[in-house]
Amino acid sequence: MDLLAIAFYLLALVACVSAFMVVIARNPVHSVLFLILTFFSSAGLFVLLGAEFLAMLLVVVYVGAVAVLFLFVVMMLDVDFGSLRQGFVRYLPAGGVVALVLVVEMSLVAAAIAGKNATLRAPSTNGVSNVEQIGRVLYTDYFYFFQAAGMVLLVAMIGAIVLTLRHKPGVKRQDIAAQTARTEASGLRLTKPATGQGISE
Amino acid sequence: MMPSNLLQIAAPELILAIGALALLVLGAFRGNRSTLLVSILAGLVLIGAAAAAAVAPLGPIFRGGFVSDEVSRFSKVAIYLMSSVALLLGERWLNRLRAGQFEYPVLILLAALGMGMMVSAGDLISLYIGVELQSLALYVLTAFRRDDGKASEAALKYFVLGALSSGILLYGASLIYGFAGSTRFVDIAHAVHTTAAPVVLIGLVFLACGLAFKVSAAPFHMWTPDVYEGAPTPVVAFIAAAPKLAAMVLFARALLEGFPDAIDQWRQVIMTIALISMAVGALAGLVQKNLKRLLAYSSILNIGYALMALSTGTQLGLQAMLVFMVLYMIDSTGAFATLAALSRDGKPMETVGDFAGLSQERPTLAIVLTVLSLSLLGLPPLSGFWGKFYVFKAALAAGQWQIAVFGLVASVPAAFYYLRIIKTMWFDAPAGRTDTPAPDAQAVAVAAGLWSLPLVLVGLAFLDPLAALAARAFGLS
Repeated sequence: MDLLAIAFYLLALVACVSAFMVVIARNPVHSVLFLILTFFSSAGLFVLLGAEFLAMLLVVVYVGAVAVLFLFVVMMLDVDFGSLRQGFVRYLPAGGVVALVLVVEMSLVAAAIAGKNATLRAPSTNGVSNVEQIGRVLYTDYFYFFQAAGMVLLVAMIGAIVLTLRHKPGVKRQDIAAQTARTEASGLRLTKPATGQGISE
Repeated sequence: MMPSNLLQIAAPELILAIGALALLVLGAFRGNRSTLLVSILAGLVLIGAAAAAAVAPLGPIFRGGFVSDEVSRFSKVAIYLMSSVALLLGERWLNRLRAGQFEYPVLILLAALGMGMMVSAGDLISLYIGVELQSLALYVLTAFRRDDGKASEAALKYFVLGALSSGILLYGASLIYGFAGSTRFVDIAHAVHTTAAPVVLIGLVFLACGLAFKVSAAPFHMWTPDVYEGAPTPVVAFIAAAPKLAAMVLFARALLEGFPDAIDQWRQVIMTIALISMAVGALAGLVQKNLKRLLAYSSILNIGYALMALSTGTQLGLQAMLVFMVLYMIDSTGAFATLAALSRDGKPMETVGDFAGLSQERPTLAIVLTVLSLSLLGLPPLSGFWGKFYVFKAALAAGQWQIAVFGLVASVPAAFYYLRIIKTMWFDAPAGRTDTPAPDAQAVAVAAGLWSLPLVLVGLAFLDPLAALAARAFGLS
């Protein structure tokens, strides 16, 4: 058993266990922390596959942005997680049966494939680095998917604005054009108050 | 190697995408004052896209990621025209509730773009992106009246269950990719032709489950009644029509182009889903008091018929599915337009009891709703009958008489709930005065009613050869 295999089994085990802990952890903050651990282990698996760019993306985007955002939301929302978990025991048998069926199916498939001596091959890289490989196909072969995914993100952005933006009346805004266009005549008013009365405004 | 006429082939989608972006900028600068202008322009963009789809050259582009053929041409014209009807219904309706925003037409355009990408998907990635683009736009449209608690609840349910179904779909897609080593349907078909291993069949079942959710086929229909009840009525009219056709065509393309050699396996899956859909749609509709929920179960029942046509896997079956879905879209839009037109004291009329004695109060709309109910029921010679006629003919020609008999039996309880609406409208004591119907929604409803009765007999003469031409695209027997 070489070092690569040991690293694979270690990372895969940590990924599976921490993914399971995300679901069963009692404290939601712990759930998010386990989620981050899952992402880290998956990033390690990507490195083993020779996809170090994807591994880096996973750490930067998912751990750095998404999971931390999750953590903020979980900490800021005042949700009674105790009451959310009430149905857990009631739904456990049904959920357990579904999970069992899936596990049996997948192991049958795995056994069928293992029986045929199939091996997992990483795509050959020909000495080209990860980033270069992605760069070569992203705007050529995958141009359509890349642009279409951009439209999906646009819809998400429009949706977020439509559903949450509220224009409050009476908010004072800075109008730079009006500020710079101010002249002596529009910005200054000379008055001559009567003695002892002051300005009423 | 890209064909030189790439821009012409993708013209309908380019018109939609650029139109949506331009209108978004226009709306962002001019604010909600420009809602009417943006709606009118969006309608023109949709009609332009439909016209472009009708004349654009055909062929696969983007290395097979985007396939333009007779099927996609047929469905795109239908989808874009139906989407413009949703614009017409929604603009004034939202305005009356002071909930009009310029994003509504933009989101309809983007949903239509997603549907166009769905019917043209030749690859698992473009399948997924198309489905997501369409679904995300629909989630937002469902929650468009964000201060309405029911609409927000419906949107949240739709979103969470939609995300789950997307996860299932992606899981299936990853299994298929792992087996075939490619995401293109053509390559998958080639790999399946060589060996149909169990792993690819499991992937296929997951993919079918994800797509069944999108067409709201039972047992993946749980979101449908809640979303139909909670969402704004014009949005429901939209969700119930064009996205269903897009998802059915996508279903047909994924199965017939990607897995033509595994037909014996997927036929069982589709048949089972069709049977459950017909049973659930027919029986659960019986106990519904709310008309929007009732129409939701009616749509589940009708998707069952469409899936029955798909399960034949023949050219005749595909043609029947296309004709059936187009006729159903018009009926269903008409029914929801009737609901959008009617209100009592400013509140929408939604329960069956609200419609008591409508024939004395609003005879035009009562006649329209009667015609549409009878059409959904499948009474000859209304349009719904012709749709079912095609489906049953295709099922019998493929030797699937058992499922055809089941479909006939399922339409008996369904007939009961359609007839109950008619009885309530014509023979019950009036439930009180209604407001003056909205002219735009009433016009759409009357148009759909007219199509159902006399016009369909002429229209079918055009629809039939077009659908037959479209169905030939997959090269089936």
